[in-house]
Amino acid sequence: MLEHFFLLTCAERTVKVLAAMSGGVDSAVAAARLRDAGHDVTGVHLALAAKPATMREGARGCCSVEDSHDARRCADVLDIPFYVWDLAARFRDDVIEPFVAEYAAGRTPNPCLRCNEKIKFAAVLDRARALGFDAVGTGHYARLDRADPAHPVLRRAVDPDKDQSYVLGVLRPDQLAGALFPLGDSPKSEVRAEAAARGLVVADKPDSHDICFIPSGDTRGFLDERLDAAPGEMVDPDGAVVGHHGGVQHFTVGQRHGLGIARPAPDGRPRYVLGLEPVSRTVRVGPAEELDVAALTASAPVWLGPAPADGSPVEVQVRAHGGRASAIVAVDGDAVEVRLDQPLRGVAPGQAAVFYRPDARGDVVLGSATIAATSSVSEHGPVPVGH
Amino acid sequence: MTYLDHAATTPMLPEAAVTLTEALGRVGNASSLHSAGRRARRAVEESRETIAAAVGALPSEVILATGGTEADNLAVKGIYWARRAADPRRTRVVVTAAEHHAILDAGQWLADHEGATLDVLGVDAVGRLRPEALRELLAAHADEVALVSVMWANNEVGTVNDVRALADVAHEFGVPLHTDAVQAVGSLPVDFAACGADALTLTGHKLGGPVGAGALLLRRDVACTPLLHGGGQERDVRSGTLDVPGVLSLATAVRAAVADVPRRTEELTALRDDLVARVLAVVPDASLNGVPLDEPAGSRLPGNAHLSFPGCEGDSLLMLLDAHGIECSTGSACTAGVARPSHVLLAMGIPEDLARGSLRFSLGHNSVAADVDAVVDAIGPVVERARRAGAALAQS
Repeated sequence: MLEHFFLLTCAERTVKVLAAMSGGVDSAVAAARLRDAGHDVTGVHLALAAKPATMREGARGCCSVEDSHDARRCADVLDIPFYVWDLAARFRDDVIEPFVAEYAAGRTPNPCLRCNEKIKFAAVLDRARALGFDAVGTGHYARLDRADPAHPVLRRAVDPDKDQSYVLGVLRPDQLAGALFPLGDSPKSEVRAEAAARGLVVADKPDSHDICFIPSGDTRGFLDERLDAAPGEMVDPDGAVVGHHGGVQHFTVGQRHGLGIARPAPDGRPRYVLGLEPVSRTVRVGPAEELDVAALTASAPVWLGPAPADGSPVEVQVRAHGGRASAIVAVDGDAVEVRLDQPLRGVAPGQAAVFYRPDARGDVVLGSATIAATSSVSEHGPVPVGH
Repeated sequence: MTYLDHAATTPMLPEAAVTLTEALGRVGNASSLHSAGRRARRAVEESRETIAAAVGALPSEVILATGGTEADNLAVKGIYWARRAADPRRTRVVVTAAEHHAILDAGQWLADHEGATLDVLGVDAVGRLRPEALRELLAAHADEVALVSVMWANNEVGTVNDVRALADVAHEFGVPLHTDAVQAVGSLPVDFAACGADALTLTGHKLGGPVGAGALLLRRDVACTPLLHGGGQERDVRSGTLDVPGVLSLATAVRAAVADVPRRTEELTALRDDLVARVLAVVPDASLNGVPLDEPAGSRLPGNAHLSFPGCEGDSLLMLLDAHGIECSTGSACTAGVARPSHVLLAMGIPEDLARGSLRFSLGHNSVAADVDAVVDAIGPVVERARRAGAALAQS
């Protein structure tokens, strides 16, 4: 821990930092470390829910009144100023509405990633900079070297289970230049122990896992309140109609449960969602091996340095947890062609593909793009071996 | 540190702090019959007499309570219940849109749970209830009205209502009037008998007394059903063992604050006028909310300066001023701490954007010229920076 402070104080001049405090243990310890590193720290809790839940509904990791209270308690213990910023309208426009629209379009969005891109390191960072702050600090697990402000280097966290570089992989260099992630060098267990040692009441607070604006965890119910039913057919790879559904928004590529198909597959094996076609309202289903993706196309890339040269070997990650494979990329302007060395199962359009350069000191994020289309092993032929 | 949030709470007067701490060392339940109880009882009754004398009430009209919120709830709910019990048609509760939430939410609770109809009367552009507006409503519904509650002085914009005129209107129709005077006592001349109100709320911590001590002044001929049941200590209208040190300290503070009203009025008016003039000179497009300063004395709380800064978010201003050591206030915040545009400003017809960019500076008994200087020195750069932040938020 001491070594960490030493590195931070050496690498960073003392700056005015806005610590985004969700009310959870990670952001509280991040704020504490920033303060101890000598920075001038002000805590801010982002109110993102249009109607913050009441205390009685309990804390879910962010957004509720109880979380706001927990964040304030921690800020008071750290003796730093604390404010609540109401970004509910921005959050609705930039995160929730696109989330719903993406599902309606048959894609699978990642709202945490969008929140980092559009809220924490856009609306909040811009406002903080205008108010005289130099950076926004958060409790994300990722390592960030800002020695060269024009070319910040983002790496995976030390703790592989907590690494959140994926949800930060969409940030532009100018956004990362205003970010501080003081937890990237620490395993989670150390952060919890540190919170307890510091007397922060959130030391034992459970991690949040659900989408913060769907505290019930019922994504389908949330979408049904916002989207009209759009019933359609489920078809197998032969084109046979094997069932019906209430809307493509109920499904994610790779999903096995809740398909509601009465008739078993001829070979008796389970069926999975292979693809979603919102225009024809078709859900394509089929056997597991059809999910094996050999190549994908991603669009709207954001690169932290020069775009990788054609044929560059990279590691690609296609969802927040797992879904990693080595690959060859070819960048053509706004499109990135990715050929996977090993097939990945369940790659959903709408998710981000984050590209890494493997490095013993922590894989370096090269950039990201949004997955637009995939081709399965069966379409693409076997994955070539040997490169 | 520049403390300009006296309307939220004001420092205790030294004599009130001495009274409180000395009394904390003495035992005695004012309801006990032994000598310790008798001593406590005597001290409480002398305090009651002191409070009554300071605000033009009879001792028997002073119902000691924990503060403004309790006294407001007791008045609104208690008088509603008693009046409805006497005549089941009287189910309307009349308030203004600029009331404190202790009144608005108590009235809304009666509407939600007790079959009441809450009539929220609009206020004019400075936040005042016009007596004609009250007369209009009572002329149509007098037989159905349980009570009227109109604040003496508004906590946000400092606007003073003509309580005497409003009470006269209410009485024309045989309706009792309650007034929340927590901002008025100690800042303005307040005489319970002369103002005509049937019930009046005051609280200690707004006038230099302790938090947790206040009173409802209640005329003997106004029935009021208790909120709290038990020992019936306060005229059977309010139960609960009396907080003897708090009551003594409250009385000390009320007596001292009321005696100090002429000095406070003169000095705070001068400081406030100076603050407003110099802030407007630095930020020419800022605007003063509430009663203009050239209106007759007594129409606005002397220590209140409530200003809107176009293009700014109030919470940005608050944060930046706080960083300069200046403590003031925006409007109200919800339980999660989210800044909301003030319901008072919205009721006055101020647009939501401008309402969000508003600050209340409230001076109090120990404010000095240096406090005004600190605000004037800081406000220009603070507003400029807050505007950049507002623009950044609008663009990004």
